[in-house]
Amino acid sequence: MFGKLDLSAIPFHEPIIMGTLVIVMLGGAALIAAITYYRKWTYLWREWLTSVDHKRIGVMYIILALVMLLRGFADALMMRAQQAIAANGSTGYLPPHHYDQIFTAHGVIMIFFVATPLILGLMNVVVPLQIGARDVAFPFVNSLSFWLSAVGAVLVMMSMFVGDFAATGWVAYPPLSELGYSPTVGVDYYIWSLQVSGLGTLLTGINLVVTILRMRAPGMTLMRMPVFTWTALITNILIIGVFPVLTATLALLSADRYLDMHFFTNELGGNAMMYINLIWVWGHPEVYILILPCFGAFSEIISTFSGKPLFGYKSMVYATSSIGVLSFFVWLHHFFTMGSGANVNAFFGIMTSIISIPTGVKLFNWLFTMFRGRIRYHSSVWWTIGFMVTFAIGGMTGVLLAVPGADFVLHNSLFLVAHFHNVIIGGVLFGCLAAIGFWFPKVFGFTLNEFWGKVSFWCWLVGFYLAFMPLYVLGLDGMTRRMNHYDDPAWQPWLVVALIGALVIACGIAALGIQLVVSIRNRNANLDMTGDPWDGRSLEWSTASPAPFYNFAHVPVITSLEPHWDAKKAGTAYVEPAAYEDIHMPRNTGAGFIIAAISLALCFALVWHIWPLAIVSLLGMIIAFIVRTYDRDVDYYVPAAEVAAIERARYARLPKTHPTAATRYDEAA
Amino acid sequence: MFASLFHRIYRPALRLAAVGGALLLQGCRLALFDPKGDIGNQERHLILLSTGLMLLVVIPVIALTLYFFWRYRATNTEATYAPEWSHSTAIEVVVWTIPCVIVAVLAVLIWRSTHALDPYKALASERPPLKVEVVALNWKWLFIYPDYGVATVNELVVPARTPIEFHLTADSLMNSFFIPRLGSQVYAMAGMETRLHLIADEVGTYAGRSSAYSGAGFSGMRFDTIAVSDADFADWIKRTRTSSPALTADGYHALTAPSEHEPARKFGNVETGLFEHVVDQFMPKAAGGEICGPSGTVARIPSALAPQRADTLPLTSPAKD
Repeated sequence: MFGKLDLSAIPFHEPIIMGTLVIVMLGGAALIAAITYYRKWTYLWREWLTSVDHKRIGVMYIILALVMLLRGFADALMMRAQQAIAANGSTGYLPPHHYDQIFTAHGVIMIFFVATPLILGLMNVVVPLQIGARDVAFPFVNSLSFWLSAVGAVLVMMSMFVGDFAATGWVAYPPLSELGYSPTVGVDYYIWSLQVSGLGTLLTGINLVVTILRMRAPGMTLMRMPVFTWTALITNILIIGVFPVLTATLALLSADRYLDMHFFTNELGGNAMMYINLIWVWGHPEVYILILPCFGAFSEIISTFSGKPLFGYKSMVYATSSIGVLSFFVWLHHFFTMGSGANVNAFFGIMTSIISIPTGVKLFNWLFTMFRGRIRYHSSVWWTIGFMVTFAIGGMTGVLLAVPGADFVLHNSLFLVAHFHNVIIGGVLFGCLAAIGFWFPKVFGFTLNEFWGKVSFWCWLVGFYLAFMPLYVLGLDGMTRRMNHYDDPAWQPWLVVALIGALVIACGIAALGIQLVVSIRNRNANLDMTGDPWDGRSLEWSTASPAPFYNFAHVPVITSLEPHWDAKKAGTAYVEPAAYEDIHMPRNTGAGFIIAAISLALCFALVWHIWPLAIVSLLGMIIAFIVRTYDRDVDYYVPAAEVAAIERARYARLPKTHPTAATRYDEAA
Repeated sequence: MFASLFHRIYRPALRLAAVGGALLLQGCRLALFDPKGDIGNQERHLILLSTGLMLLVVIPVIALTLYFFWRYRATNTEATYAPEWSHSTAIEVVVWTIPCVIVAVLAVLIWRSTHALDPYKALASERPPLKVEVVALNWKWLFIYPDYGVATVNELVVPARTPIEFHLTADSLMNSFFIPRLGSQVYAMAGMETRLHLIADEVGTYAGRSSAYSGAGFSGMRFDTIAVSDADFADWIKRTRTSSPALTADGYHALTAPSEHEPARKFGNVETGLFEHVVDQFMPKAAGGEICGPSGTVARIPSALAPQRADTLPLTSPAKD
C-alpha cells in the first residue's frame, strides 16, 4: 500500500533536520494563517496560482528561486563550517551520510532551483515586453512549466524530511548512483525532481523560442531585437537542444534502478562512462543557458546607464550565437582524466579555449559601451562592474582548466570549485541581481532601495573573494573537493577564511531582504510614474510601470534597434493615442497548477514505489490534460473602453517633464 | 609561422609568469607549485605559462574596466560624451583579433603539452619503469607490484628517479588516483584499465588520495607515497616478501569489504594475475574456450592470457574488453 514508505523514513534522530522541520512547519502554518486571516485565498488563486500572465509567472519563478537560495545557501554555510573545523583528526559535526547529502543538495538546488528559475523568470518577465508581445505563445503551457519546476523544488525539500536525498554529488555519477551503492530513495528523489522540473524547463524553452520567432511586433526584424532577447533566444534553443538529453540520461538511470537494467552498472555490459558523457552533453550547454541571458542583461544595463547604444551590437549577436554553437563541442573537458587519448583531450581543450574568444569580445564591447558614456552609478551598474572584473578572473581560471595538462592536477580540486563559483556567482548571480534591480519597477511600479542594494553588492563582492580565493589556493595545494574531513593542518586557516567569506555573503543576502522590505514600505516615495525610470532605450520602457496586464495598448511598429530611445528623441514617446481597440488576451486557468499538483503525487509515488498511487496520479494527469484540451473558453477580449480607462489614468499620472533623449543629446552637443 | 609566433610570445610570457610566479610563491610551498617529479614540474610550468599568457589580456581588461568606469562617471563633465557612438570597425577588428591571437598561441600550447603530458605515454629514462597495479577499493588503495609479487594497502613505496608505470582499475566505485606533488591524476574505473606514468625526482614522502568522490568513506582514502633510494627499495621488497602475509583470492575478497581509514598494510606473496582478475571480473565467464578471456578464479589465469604489454596496447583509450 505504501511501497517502501514507513515511519522510519522520517529522520527523528537527526536534530538538525528535525529543527529545520519544526521551523518550516511553523513558518508554513504562519503563512497559511496569515493568508486566511487577511482573506487572501481567493486573491491568491485567481491572481497568481492560476495566472497565465508572463510577468506574474516570471515573478513566481524568481520568488521560488529566492526561497530556494536560502535553502541552498544554508547548505553552503553548513559545508563551510564543517570544513573549517574538520581538521587535525576532528571529523567535524556532520557525519559523511549527512554531509554528502548536503553538498549534493547544494549543487542541485543552486543550479536547478535557484539559477535556472532566476533565468526563466527574467526571460518570462522581459522577453514579451521587449518584443512588443502581449504574452508568450502558449500561456497555459507557461503556467504548467512554472508549476512543474515548483514541484521539483518541493520534492527536493520533501526529501530532507521524508527519506533522504542523493549522496552522490550533483551530477550523480554511476556506479555510485546505482541501486547497489545508493539503495535508499535519495537518488530517486534526485531523478524525479530533475525529471519534473526539466520537463517544465523544456516546455518553457519551446514556448519562448516560438514567442521570440513568431510574436515580435511588426517591423522588429531579428537584427532589431534587443540583445537580452537575442541571448534569451539562444538560451532557449540550447534548452531545446540539451534538456531532452538530460531527460533521456536520467530515464536510463531510472531503468537501471527500477527495471534492473544495466546501462551504467559495472556488471552485464553496463558502462558508467556513457552516463558521464551524456550528463555533460547536457551539463556544459546548461552553464551557457544560465550565463547567456545574464550577458544580455548586463548589455542592457551598461548601455542604458552609460546613456549610449550598446557598442558592437552585431558583434554581440554573433558572439552569443557562436557561444551557443561552441557549447556543444566542449563536454569532454569535464573528464580529461578519464584516459582519453591526447588527440581527443587536445581537441576538447582547444574547443573550450575558443569559447573564450566570443566571451572576450563581449567584455571588450561592454568596455567600449562605457567609453565616452555618462555612467550613472546605479546598483545595477555596480553589479555589472563587479561582474566584469570577477568574470575576467573566472574566465581565465576556466581556460586554465581547459588546458588538459593543467587539468590533470587541478581536476576535482577546490580550484575547480572556486572556478565555477567564480563564474556562476560572479556571472549568473550578479547578473540576475543586476537584472532584478533594473526591471523591478517595470513589474511592480516602484524602484528598489539603492542604499541596501549597494550594501548587498559590496557584501556579496567582498564575501565572494573571501570565500573563494582561498579555495583557489587550496586547490593549488592539492586539496580535493567534497572532503568531509582532511589531515593537512595547513589547509585549515584558508577554510576558516572561506567560512568568514560565506558569512559576509550571508550579510549580502540579508541586505537583499532588507532592501525588499524597505522598498515595499517606502514604495510611494519611489513610484515610477513614467514607466521609464532609467532613461531606457528598448520597448519595455515605453509602456507604463507596472506594465498593464496587456503590456501594450497598441502593438507598436518598430523601425529601429532602440525604439523607445528614438521615440523620445523624436518627441513621440508620450503622445496619447486617439483611440483604443479591443485586446485579445488569454484567460487564466487552474489546469497548470492542478496537473503539476498531481505530478507531485506521481513523483512521490515513484520515489517510494507506491504503485497504486503512481497509476492513479498518472491517469489523473492525463485526464486533467485532456479536459484542459477540450476547454474552449481559453481567451477573451478586453473591451476598448477598459483599455482606454487604464491608459488615460496612466497619461494623467505622467509627470510634465520626463527624461527625453533629445534634451540629453542637446546638452552633449 | 605558428612556431615563430609561439616563441615570440612564449619567451616574454614565460619571463612574466616566472617573475609573477616567483613573487606569488615566495615562502609558499603549495603542492602544485613545489612538485617533486618531472611530470609535476612540467605541469607547474604549463599552469604558469598559460596563466601568464591570459593575464596579457585579463589585466588590461580589468584595468580598463575600472578606468572607464571611473573616467566616464556621470558627474565627470570633463569627459567626452558621445551618446550616438556605438560602432567602430577598427576597434571591432582589434577586439576580435586579440583573443584570437591569444587562443591561437594557447591552442599550440594545448596541442603540444597534451601530447607531451599524455598520462599513457611512457617516460623517457635509461631505467626500466617500475610497474605498479593500482586497485581502488571501498575505501582504500591496493598497490600490487607484479614484478616482485608483493602488494600494499594505503602505502605506495617507489624508488626515486625511476619511472613508475601505473595500471589502474577499481573494484566497484570510480575514484581518481592522485599524488599532487608528482603530477597528473587518472580515473580508476571498474571493469576498465587506465594508465598513468609518473616519476619522483627526490626521496621523500608525498601525500596521495582519491580525488573523485566515491561515497561515505572517500575522505579517508589517502595514502603516503614514499620515494626511497634504489638500495632501500630493494631492501623493502626483500623484507616485504619474507615477512608479510600472502594475498590470496580470499584475502582480496576480504579487502573489498567497505572500510574507512584503513592503516597501511603489506602482503608478501600475491596471486599472479590478481589485477587482471579484478579488471575482468565483470566479463561474462568464458564458455569453455580460451578466446573470450580469463575465466572466473584468480588461480586459473594462464599467464599467456594476461593483457598485452603497454607498448603494444593502443594508448588512446581505457583498455577494456
